[in-house]
Amino acid sequence: MANLKSIKKRIVSVKNTRQITKAMKMVSAAKLRRAQENVVAARPYATKLGEVLQRLAQSQDSDGHPLLEKRVAEKALVILVTSDRGLCGGFNANISKAAERYIKERKGDYAEISVLTIGRKGYEFLKNRQTIRKNYTGVLSSLNYQTAAMLAQEVIAGYLEGDYDEVFLLYNAFRSVMSQDITLQQLLPITPPEASAAEGETPPEYIYEPSKNELLGELLPKYIEVTMFKAMLESVASEHGARMTAMDSASKNATEMIGKLTLVYNRARQAAITTELMEIISGAESIKG
Amino acid sequence: MAEKLKLELVTPYKKVLTEEVDEITATGSLGEFGVLPGHAPFLSSLKIGELSYKADNKVFHLAVNWGYFEVENDTVTVLVETAERADEIDLERARAALGRAEEALKKLTPEDHNFRAYEAALERALIRTQVAAKAARK
Repeated sequence: MANLKSIKKRIVSVKNTRQITKAMKMVSAAKLRRAQENVVAARPYATKLGEVLQRLAQSQDSDGHPLLEKRVAEKALVILVTSDRGLCGGFNANISKAAERYIKERKGDYAEISVLTIGRKGYEFLKNRQTIRKNYTGVLSSLNYQTAAMLAQEVIAGYLEGDYDEVFLLYNAFRSVMSQDITLQQLLPITPPEASAAEGETPPEYIYEPSKNELLGELLPKYIEVTMFKAMLESVASEHGARMTAMDSASKNATEMIGKLTLVYNRARQAAITTELMEIISGAESIKG
Repeated sequence: MAEKLKLELVTPYKKVLTEEVDEITATGSLGEFGVLPGHAPFLSSLKIGELSYKADNKVFHLAVNWGYFEVENDTVTVLVETAERADEIDLERARAALGRAEEALKKLTPEDHNFRAYEAALERALIRTQVAAKAARK
């Protein structure tokens, strides 16, 4: 049977694919662990900075600084964090669609909504549908604080010049290896983190050096930087988690398929043997007779 | 002295230190200051500079790069972009960086937009060599 050969070929090709997906899973697992460590390591800094900021903003009549001031919102910017590479399940598609949905919903509230994409996949998804202000590719693979800070500076500069009045950050927050949360966060103007449950007691009087306003002026941009850095770290960790899960299920599917194909192959082989035997037997019978 | 300060030093990459210390000295934006247990609540920004603390009668030095210093209730929280312990600093590399920054600065005028970046690099390298030298002397 000519069919036997083609089934054999199929099995070999699926086996090769499984090998690749397995390898990709391993790589993602290793990268995920590193990314996860980074997320955990960055957390204390972000929380502490949030605490300091909250205390400062609380004890002050929070207007005065342009980054805190609420303006009439006419133009909005959505920062979309995706990944540069595909093959990670619905990771990029989900968040890109969420971005599009959000923009559609809010279209009536603003005169203009533009998008800034971090990561190639989100850019490719939205480039023909929305106004892309700018795209950054390749910053995620070797992410460090300096890059995030640079990005944040640019966003802040645009905000201060009036290119946009509100900035939102949309990214995949890392929940666990299996699941990511699509998170939308308002970045600018800054709404200071809410005071914790320990209300009532007056905050202790601080000595500030230099003055409170100067401190606030330095601290607010820092806060943006850290928030963006954290969002990007979380997105990277989520990406590896999503890829690991996707590759795991791909490997499983491949194994299942190999099983099925092997079964078909064996049946076909058996059938071929049976037919051959029948032919030989009937041949022998006719000679005898 | 029974009372101690709790020092926490954090960077975006990791928690560098959590220790009980007796005394901390740091470079604030208005100058150097020291903190002892029982200090009033205090918040200051830090320049590129040196941070040293005393614990068990030993003095430790760190080179830190831009950040915040907060004292509350005998807990000191230091948020900095980078922090290097004196024994982690590669003196050779710091010296090389110092040389590079000096060279670059000589060629530039203060109006150049890179001037400030190099100036900061020079400052950082200088502090690192100083801190490393202090550690080596002991």
